[in-house]
Amino acid sequence: MTTVARLDAVEVDYPRGRALGPFDFRVEAGEIVALVGPSGCGKSTALRLLAGLEAPTLGGVVRAAGKGETAVVFQAPTLMPWASAVDNVALPLILHGAARDQARRSAADALARVRLQGAEGAKPAQLSGGMAMRVSIARALVTGPRLLLLDEPFAALDEITRRALADDLHGVWAVSRPAIVFVTHSVEEAAYMASRVVVMTPGPGRIAAEVMADGHLPRPDGYRASAPFRAVVEQVSAALMAAMESGA
Amino acid sequence: MNRPMRIAAPLVFVALVLAAWQGAVTALQTPAYFLPGPVAVGRAMAEGAPLLIQSAWTTLRMALLALPLASAAACGLAVLLTLSRLADAAIRPVAIVIQVTPILAIAPLVSIWAGIDHPERAVIALAAVAAFFPIFSGAMTGLRSADPDLERLFDLYGASRAQRLRRLWLPSAVPYLLEGHRVAAGLAIVGAVVAEFVSGTGAAQGLAWRILEAGNRLQTAKVFAALFVLGLMGVAVHVVFQALEAGVLRRWRGR
Repeated sequence: MTTVARLDAVEVDYPRGRALGPFDFRVEAGEIVALVGPSGCGKSTALRLLAGLEAPTLGGVVRAAGKGETAVVFQAPTLMPWASAVDNVALPLILHGAARDQARRSAADALARVRLQGAEGAKPAQLSGGMAMRVSIARALVTGPRLLLLDEPFAALDEITRRALADDLHGVWAVSRPAIVFVTHSVEEAAYMASRVVVMTPGPGRIAAEVMADGHLPRPDGYRASAPFRAVVEQVSAALMAAMESGA
Repeated sequence: MNRPMRIAAPLVFVALVLAAWQGAVTALQTPAYFLPGPVAVGRAMAEGAPLLIQSAWTTLRMALLALPLASAAACGLAVLLTLSRLADAAIRPVAIVIQVTPILAIAPLVSIWAGIDHPERAVIALAAVAAFFPIFSGAMTGLRSADPDLERLFDLYGASRAQRLRRLWLPSAVPYLLEGHRVAAGLAIVGAVVAEFVSGTGAAQGLAWRILEAGNRLQTAKVFAALFVLGLMGVAVHVVFQALEAGVLRRWRGR
């Protein structure tokens, strides 16, 4: 397996104190890793390091996926309110110098992949929270990234929408198989989304445990009720509980 | 509150004030040069209507000519200061000094530079100065108002400063620019009137001239008439710009 990005003993210090580390992490090509931890444990900081949006105070960041091959989905859809869905999705291509027509065609394809055909002309204010997040995911996919970083992307959505989007995300992953790092504070979501769950300690975040989840993605119907899924959820919960107690 | 109420409430209030005013003037028998009643003011407005409308148009025209000048200068400067930290550090303090200087104080200078034969140029320039700052500060705030996560996204895709300006900063600034222009339109009228008091408007006489002229002759009803026209004009400009702002914002947001 090839490593798409790696954090080697990174530490991140902010003026108000240490946010992360020492922290070792790597993500292999085509895998989905979930980062789980309590609020303020530095999950988002780790994601920004992987994206190259921030540099560590100490330690090394190795990124095989270059700037153009990394995409980020934030907690909020982070769309341009003045631009239509298709123009929002076309943005990364436009910024890379693509012609407008070509960019919009690719953007319309990406929207179709997240089941938003027909919503191309809608502005963000006209979309529901789940649809806006789909647009955000389509924008991340449009460049065909090797590394896709998601920072609690479903945190603001209702449970039914979260579940639908989780399956949609598996669906698009199955097509091009980018490596995905998925930050969440939901244990169930982590166990459902990922083949590997990394549990972090309270801030400054370090690795508390690593749990191998079921590697069969996308998930079959009824997977949430299955014994293997419940077992992973229990394992991750226990690890998280232990991490919180040791940190407190 | 429903729409008819919102429209009726201020009208009823004004009618009550006018009635009380007329009642007081009649009861106290105040001399007309000191405080004429609204009936006398109404008569002065009716009699002077052609002249008042002409003067109002003169003032309005100068304010509306000043607005695009102010807009171009304010937006241009704000973009420059946003793109260059050095220019920002150098120019911003100077801009603040100009902002806190009263228009009246610079009016004589502007009159001299505009040339004694072109008082209307001085009025337009001073109205533009008055209109400059709301647009400038709106633009400065708006150009820095982009969603920080969108800024990160532009970082991620290696956007140039020109791309950021065109695709992120300027569109993000639109609501602030609209508000700035609405406020500026009102101030441009105020600026035009104040400037005319100082510089005159030569042959083209604006509302300020009507007020001065009537005041000097103790024709107080005419002073009030001109003031009412000025007030109506201000309200009309405000309403038009508010509608413009709402319309553009609806398009900008898509609802």
